[in-house]
Amino acid sequence: MRFDVRPEVAEQVESMGAEFVFLDFSDEQADGAATGGYAPVSSPEFAAAQLAKFREIAPDMDIVITTALIPNRDAPELWTADMVASMKPGSVIIDLAAEKGGNCKLTVMDERVVTDNGVIIIGYTDFPSRMAAQASTLYSNNIRHMVADLTPNKDGVIVHDMEDDVIRGATVTHQGEITFPPPPPKIQAIAAKPKETAPVLTREEVKANEAAAYRKTTRQQYGLLAVGGALMLLLGAYAPESFMQHFIVFALACFIGFQVIWGVAHALHTPLMAITNAISGIVVVGALLQIGSGNILVWLLAGLSVLIATINIVGGFMVTRRMLAMFQKS
Amino acid sequence: MLSTGITSAAYIAAAVLFILSLGGLSNQESAKRAVWYGIVGMALAMFATVFGPGVGNYIVIALMVCIGAYLGMVVARRVEMTEMPQLVAALHSFVGLAAVFIGLNADFELANVRQLLASGGDLDTLTGFGKKLADKDAVEIAILKIEVFLGVFIGAVTFTGSVVAFGKLAGKLSGTPFKLPGGHALNAIALLASIVLMVLYAGGAGVWTMIAVMVIAGFIGWHLIMGIGGADMPVVVSMLNSYSGWAAAAIGFTLGNDLLIVVGALVGSSGAILSYIMCKAMNRNFVSVILGGFGGTKGPQMAVEGEQIAIEADGVASALNEADSVVIIPGYGMAVAQAQQSVSELVRKLRAQGKQVRFAIHPVAGRLPGHMNVLLAEARVPYDIVMEMDEINDDFPNTDVAIVIGSNDIVNPAAQEDPNSPIAGMPVLECWKAKQVFVSKRGQGTGYSGIENPLFFKENTRMFYGDAKASLDKLLPMID
Repeated sequence: MRFDVRPEVAEQVESMGAEFVFLDFSDEQADGAATGGYAPVSSPEFAAAQLAKFREIAPDMDIVITTALIPNRDAPELWTADMVASMKPGSVIIDLAAEKGGNCKLTVMDERVVTDNGVIIIGYTDFPSRMAAQASTLYSNNIRHMVADLTPNKDGVIVHDMEDDVIRGATVTHQGEITFPPPPPKIQAIAAKPKETAPVLTREEVKANEAAAYRKTTRQQYGLLAVGGALMLLLGAYAPESFMQHFIVFALACFIGFQVIWGVAHALHTPLMAITNAISGIVVVGALLQIGSGNILVWLLAGLSVLIATINIVGGFMVTRRMLAMFQKS
Repeated sequence: MLSTGITSAAYIAAAVLFILSLGGLSNQESAKRAVWYGIVGMALAMFATVFGPGVGNYIVIALMVCIGAYLGMVVARRVEMTEMPQLVAALHSFVGLAAVFIGLNADFELANVRQLLASGGDLDTLTGFGKKLADKDAVEIAILKIEVFLGVFIGAVTFTGSVVAFGKLAGKLSGTPFKLPGGHALNAIALLASIVLMVLYAGGAGVWTMIAVMVIAGFIGWHLIMGIGGADMPVVVSMLNSYSGWAAAAIGFTLGNDLLIVVGALVGSSGAILSYIMCKAMNRNFVSVILGGFGGTKGPQMAVEGEQIAIEADGVASALNEADSVVIIPGYGMAVAQAQQSVSELVRKLRAQGKQVRFAIHPVAGRLPGHMNVLLAEARVPYDIVMEMDEINDDFPNTDVAIVIGSNDIVNPAAQEDPNSPIAGMPVLECWKAKQVFVSKRGQGTGYSGIENPLFFKENTRMFYGDAKASLDKLLPMID
């Protein structure tokens, strides 16, 4: 009898004349094939159902071979102490997961132990050396099949089929390219999704696109300049000279601002906000110019403005300094 | 007493120093010097103004500056780095409020001066700003009124908007968007009303128009920011940063002070660029962020196939122990779980083993532009292993392990794969191209945008459920 978390194994098991233990459990999560043949962590419900089934069949078993491993984890406990206790004396448990703690918790790594009720538990981890002949036979058999797979026409000519999971998985380099590591094996036949590839553009098309993009940005820039210029003219025609003088300063400062801020490292955007907070406290200058007024209301509001603007200045600069001091190189 | 010429010279020096201080932020080392340029510039500007012509009431100035400086110091010392977004929002509101006050003052002063002129009083009793007003002709007065009006309007929007942003960022207000019935139509009506008031004011209507516009602009700021979700706050804060600059510039025009104009323009453009970068990083346009909500979808979203596979700390640990290159993608969830120190410790351990460990920062990770960088710097992660999206995106295929901590939408492959996704076209960190991806997440479920993330269902993704800090602390002892 044979059990596996991958349902498609049932067919393989039966083809070898064994009986597959079916679990009455319909949950898609139980499909272990999706992770490349290694079981993911099973859900608690699944694990419980599995153990209940094993417990039911344990008394009838003469030989139990367990080999359940999960990548990067201890071996799951599949054969519990009470199952061992229910087995007949002289039964044998061969725990191939002994290295990772064993699927049976009574397993002792690299040792053969006999339980109180006479069940023999074998936890050897060096099986290949203990049965060198069998190991070699199995290995050579594997290689023979691999070679058969590589030469499908049985004429000695190697057909390197990169679509074949086995061949793909064993390929390290192919046609001058390093192909390692291979993608995870797909045991389930997953219909390959048709990939929409962008049509490859010819050189002329690329050039044409670039030229079009260039013309477009040029047009945009000319348009902006024309609109901006017209607005300036309109403003200049009506606004007094004193205003225009300040406006020149404003426009140039905006340009400098844009140039300078684009150069700021993205990593320093929070300090940038803190420092702009601090320097926008410059409105304090406006308040200072008004504070000398004789009008009590003006005086009061200007005083309040000085207060809050100072909080901004001092708070902004100090917190920026604090932040910048934290940035350390390795 | 300094002459006008000396004061102007000091202002020019201050303006240059401010530009240098912003320019110095181009890298981490020059930034440490740059902040001093800013401090010296500010000190120069204040000194020149206080001891320049036409300033009185020195006792009040000294008192206010001392109290303000003390409060500023206390705030700067106490604030936690995770609270930076709130602090920035609060400071914006101060600039807005100051701009409103100064604008109102300009109006009062203007009324004073006119009264004095009409009654033929002695103009010598006027101080600096008053004298300037007295020299203005009718057109200049009209322009001045518009400037005052704009200063007050922008200032009031900035003030209430920043207060709301502060409330949302500090968790004092709910982060969910809230709109009064009528929504943006209401804002549009308020804006129209403001323009009508501006015309009235420029035409000579009394101070009531100013008070009315203050209230209306305050309402616009409040209502606009209330309608924006908590996670869009990076854009909002940058926008308010920009507004606070424009408000200062408007005040500069009112007072005829070039230094204020220059600084206002610098700050205004800085905020505008930050907002632009944020919007670009979300592939949304500015208007749609401000008006709230995501862009419409064109069709049904792609169904997500597969399942989310969980993993425990030991699995993550063994993968990390075997990996040569690791990339960590932090998001706001890391800050919420206060997991920065644990992340830093993990990085230290992995780097001690000679592994290449780097961070990938998406422009909109966190609640403020560059917020993640500051949080990592605070946790003593060296800044030269903290990479921007464009610097690291091509390296994912050569990365053994990518760890996603508390981020979701910025690693969503649907942005590239599903043209019908609401975030289609948004630049994302392509962490799924790494050999293995671990996602540290509280539980199953979607991010703030409510978009399913196919990353969690990918074959090479494992979900490391649990509180980020607790998970990492469990993981740490297993790294050797």
